[in-house]
Amino acid sequence: MSTPYAKLPAWADYGLIPLINLFVAFVVAGFVVLLVGENPLRAAVILVEGAFGKGTGIAFTLFYATTFIFTGLSVAVAAHCGLFNIGTEGQAYIAGLGIAVVCLSFDSVLPWWLTFPLAIVASSVVGALWALIPAYLQAKRGSHIVITTIMFNFIAASIMVYLLVGPLKPAGSQAPQTRNFLAGAELPKLNWIIELFGAKIRSAPLNVCFLLALVMAFLVWLLIWRTKLGYEMRTYGHSPKAARYAGISETRIIITAMMISGALAGMMALNPVMGDQHNVAIDFVSGAGFVGIAVALMGRLHPVGIVLAAILFGMLYQGGAELAFEMPAISRDMIVIIQGLVILFAGALEHMFRPYIQALFASFSPRSVGMEAVKGKGA
Amino acid sequence: MDVFNAIVQTLDSTIRLSVPLLLACLAGLYSERAGIFDIGLEGKMLVGAFAGAAAASVFHSAFLGLGMAILISVAFAMVHGFASITHRGNQIVSGVAINFIAAGSTIILGQAWFQQGGRTPALQPGERFEAITWPGADAIHDVPIIGPIYAELLSGHSILVYLAFLMVPFTWWVLFRTRFGLRLRAVGENPAAVDTAGISVAWLRYRALICTGVLTGIAGAYLSMVQNGGFVKDMTAGKGYIALAALIFAKWKPVNAMFACLLFGFLDAAAIRLQGSPLPIIGKVPVQFMQALPYILTVILLAGFIGKAIPPRAGGVPYVKER
Repeated sequence: MSTPYAKLPAWADYGLIPLINLFVAFVVAGFVVLLVGENPLRAAVILVEGAFGKGTGIAFTLFYATTFIFTGLSVAVAAHCGLFNIGTEGQAYIAGLGIAVVCLSFDSVLPWWLTFPLAIVASSVVGALWALIPAYLQAKRGSHIVITTIMFNFIAASIMVYLLVGPLKPAGSQAPQTRNFLAGAELPKLNWIIELFGAKIRSAPLNVCFLLALVMAFLVWLLIWRTKLGYEMRTYGHSPKAARYAGISETRIIITAMMISGALAGMMALNPVMGDQHNVAIDFVSGAGFVGIAVALMGRLHPVGIVLAAILFGMLYQGGAELAFEMPAISRDMIVIIQGLVILFAGALEHMFRPYIQALFASFSPRSVGMEAVKGKGA
Repeated sequence: MDVFNAIVQTLDSTIRLSVPLLLACLAGLYSERAGIFDIGLEGKMLVGAFAGAAAASVFHSAFLGLGMAILISVAFAMVHGFASITHRGNQIVSGVAINFIAAGSTIILGQAWFQQGGRTPALQPGERFEAITWPGADAIHDVPIIGPIYAELLSGHSILVYLAFLMVPFTWWVLFRTRFGLRLRAVGENPAAVDTAGISVAWLRYRALICTGVLTGIAGAYLSMVQNGGFVKDMTAGKGYIALAALIFAKWKPVNAMFACLLFGFLDAAAIRLQGSPLPIIGKVPVQFMQALPYILTVILLAGFIGKAIPPRAGGVPYVKER
């Protein structure tokens, strides 16, 4: 197979191109703001100030980022194995069930530092199991993982709605959610870290899940680039045929990758459920699983990139809330557009600017992009 | 007689509910048969619904609304084509992006233009497609058995409903009896062969996506201008994905697609009709189970337990010319 494009230097590949894609996505979003009749530059200023201007804003930004780190890692782990896990949303949603069971059983007996590990296990196991069936069907039956995980998102939503308007709802309550957790299932806040830097914080939900997310990012890096399993996953993702010849079991690698992906998706639920709302409510994931796709693509599937991209999206979510307050014409749905544009430009159109940038690099120093080698082959 | 009337009414709402699924499903058929996966059916329907209702209410014409729905929906299909055909991007990623852009922009623009919380103004008579009463429907209505079937089931739908069902034989004819259809199917199975024959793979796939855009536009217009008297945010509510499920369920065949959509429409209609009231033998079935049933059935089908669903061979793979 022919390689469409020659290699760029790493900093251009991992830094410049994502930034250009991001820039274009924002320019297009700016046109939408213009169409609505507002000033895009002023909107951008309000957005950034809302996200980083005050201590509370930063705490909220990092709170949202925590959620997106989990979902971004989830999408990335599967993607390294060549699988598109579009079911992060459903895996996180159904994991709320595991957390609900743990928290409702133990919140009156155990302190948070015992409930938390139990909930981590419960959420990741439930998330992994929800990913297991599509993974098995892909590996054994050849059912397309994208379609099955989409279907599982809807099935998960139906199950959760059924449980939350029925069995899990406390008697006499109208709201479709579990009862509020007691102190034993409330995670401690991390706002004091930001306060160390002298910023003031009025209640913000940033909690220990942020640290868990960073640990997971490190572990994913370790897994993908420093273990045999990760190597096998990347091999399979790069070329299933090569992996088969190398004696890697297709079934095992697909199922393992999807279960890890599902577990990471499941852990996402800890952040809003135990860190913020202290109950499991209908639609608590609210699209974070899909944001994970944007985050993973933006971060080029590398944990460092994912953490940065997650903070960027956290900024959009927090700043977007401020923006909606300042410019009523622009509601938070503006973020959904930006998210879509980022997925479009950083994901589907990632190669659009590459030839131009490559030509630019080639005009400065042909050797750096391997142009000579290509010419030598007579291509 | 009561039971009979209940059955007729349920079937009537089955038809109404399956029309958007059918149009979207046939839309997906064109693109997937040409080798382009389209997760973005949902988004294209949504922009179609918004553009249709918005244009109809501004220009006071249902047909202008329909035209605008088709135009905008085709434009989104072209974005999908630009990303996945011209730039050989990942088709699924592109489809996901389209769904997001559609979901966000319909709300933002709707709010900015009409200030009704993302809704478009309620459509007046003449701005939406009215029901067509077949000749003699009123006269025959009281005749037992035939009367209700003729007057309620066959007559009394809008033009888009009949159009949707006429699209089934038409799509079959296009795909299996025309040169364009033969080439379209070939490009989904073996694009290299089509290329060797001197036919442009890209242009053929673009044309398939135009068909997709037209049909999703009509599907969207049906939602906002027939089923509902205006656009409501997120009104597609997963119908694009159910259509995708129906497409797999139908094994990428037009007539099967109609039956799959009628089945899924029937499940929806039955869920609404039962509303948690108990069934004989089975007992009470949760509404959520009925809603999840299309997805569960599709997964079971995909697992190969009800025959085998084999997608077009070149589906999802961008075509790269040998160099």
